[in-house]
Amino acid sequence: MKVLNDTRTAFARELGPELRQPAGLLFTMLLPFLFLALFAPLLSGMGPAGGDTGTGSPWQWFVPGMLVLLALSATAGAGASLLNEMSSGAFERMLVTPLNRAAMLVGRALKEVVILLTQSLLILALLLPTDFRLRPLGALAGLALLTVFGIGIGALSFTLALHSRKQQTLFYGVQQMIFFPLLLLSGVLLPITQASAPTWLYVLSRINPATYVVEAERALFDGRFAETSVLYGVLAAMAIAVLGVFAGIRGMRNASA
Amino acid sequence: MIHTRGLTRSFRAKGETVEAVRGLNFDVEAGSVVAFLGPNGAGKTTSLRMLTTLLPPTSGTAVVAGHDVLTAPSCVRNRIGYLGQGNSAGSNFRVSDELITQGRAYGLSRAKSRARAEHLLTALELEDLTKRTVGTLSGGQRRRLDIAMALVHEPELLFLDEPTTGLDPHSRANIWEHVLRLHKELGTTILFTTHYLEEADLWAQRVMVVDHGRVIADAPPEKLKADLAGDRITLGTADRADAERAAELARALPTVHDVTADDTEVRVRTPHGDVQLPVLLRNMEAVGVRALTARLTRPTLDDVFLSLTGRTLRESADAAGPTTTHDGA
Repeated sequence: MKVLNDTRTAFARELGPELRQPAGLLFTMLLPFLFLALFAPLLSGMGPAGGDTGTGSPWQWFVPGMLVLLALSATAGAGASLLNEMSSGAFERMLVTPLNRAAMLVGRALKEVVILLTQSLLILALLLPTDFRLRPLGALAGLALLTVFGIGIGALSFTLALHSRKQQTLFYGVQQMIFFPLLLLSGVLLPITQASAPTWLYVLSRINPATYVVEAERALFDGRFAETSVLYGVLAAMAIAVLGVFAGIRGMRNASA
Repeated sequence: MIHTRGLTRSFRAKGETVEAVRGLNFDVEAGSVVAFLGPNGAGKTTSLRMLTTLLPPTSGTAVVAGHDVLTAPSCVRNRIGYLGQGNSAGSNFRVSDELITQGRAYGLSRAKSRARAEHLLTALELEDLTKRTVGTLSGGQRRRLDIAMALVHEPELLFLDEPTTGLDPHSRANIWEHVLRLHKELGTTILFTTHYLEEADLWAQRVMVVDHGRVIADAPPEKLKADLAGDRITLGTADRADAERAAELARALPTVHDVTADDTEVRVRTPHGDVQLPVLLRNMEAVGVRALTARLTRPTLDDVFLSLTGRTLRESADAAGPTTTHDGA
């Protein structure tokens, strides 16, 4: 019960500023918006791609990848706010309270997920007038998978911040070093298949867990549930979430005695 | 309320082990106000961080509010309030929201948290700023908010790490007024560090002087000043010969120490200046040495530190450089 109450307290604290300044949501949506506006039209001549069996619209293939891009860009930087609080003293103040350490992490991660889901719904709503075909059940499942993935990446970002408090540049360096390879090798922009990519690139892509999440999102948003890509995507997202939350809670506990 | 035995904390810095706190042994009784004094790097903040569960001791034990800081940190956290050197409230958050959240973190109901927040914001003259974001407050306003956050759950033990540093006199007085009211009304035990020696002198019932990670003196401020520093008598004479004769007469008096003659000035230390000064003046008059000026100065805690270490707190602070907060002493 205490963990739940503490999680609610941490979550409510984090969400407050976002609710007061919703414009901030738009800034993190900028990257996927730019790709959707400037990149997706280039795909129109490609026809069905990446295993798409739906309408054949490039949106159908491209949008789920953009949601994963959004999840990565929105949650990978989540640790920056924690880093600010660590340098100002606000985090130290939280550590002296009896707030449960797991709740401190989960509350923060949940805030990131709420923002991520709000942004995802906004993007989907904006795409309704296009020839992107929204399948409600598939979209729901896709957003659920995105939630698990977002919790994991957010928690890993907090963990990185906790380990970077003595040298803050470490956070931004490592974050960028991981973020871009993870993103580019996941095939969100172009499919990385055995046929189209050099072997080394394909191999790197296959050891990237985000690749499986992207493929699962594409299948789910296309209404294809009973596919191995969905299973692999769920397993990859869950593995990241378990790893992130476990490491994050451990980091929070080690941040004080 | 606080019991430490052999409390030690060392750090690794540039391949060397630095002992920031060395075998601290002290007890603090419930309801007392205790000042931790010492130059930057003396080990004050590290000690406070261990007592507030922020930093595990390398060795030794600390029992705070009835609980061991290592084996029952949550129980300790439930019963203490802490004001660190940094800002307690996040810059992007609203003043009232941060205060209410702080109450909720200590298990207060939403209604109780809100009521306490309103009371504290009024008491600390922040009632017009409740809707402002913390980042827009002035330094003094932020510090008063920090104090409010440390007090919102009415802790039985309060740790204050340089609570008034950088504040104007009005804000300093306002903060102490409120902290001491809490002490008076609820019997809150207070352990604080400060760079303002007069604050320790005025408000602490007991002063612990810390240097190089050790407590080198521990007594009520008046006793420390009387025992270790004493009053200072300064006499002005017409010439050097008179000054030297006056110094000889001063040395002949009981309980007088540190007599120095410098050109036409004689300086004398004694625990009871008010008694010794008339005696010395009488003795000087009897041998025809005239004092042109006579001044009796009460000692300060800086004099105590000088007497203990041979240097003033100010000199020590300058030598130590800027205060460390997170992992340093």
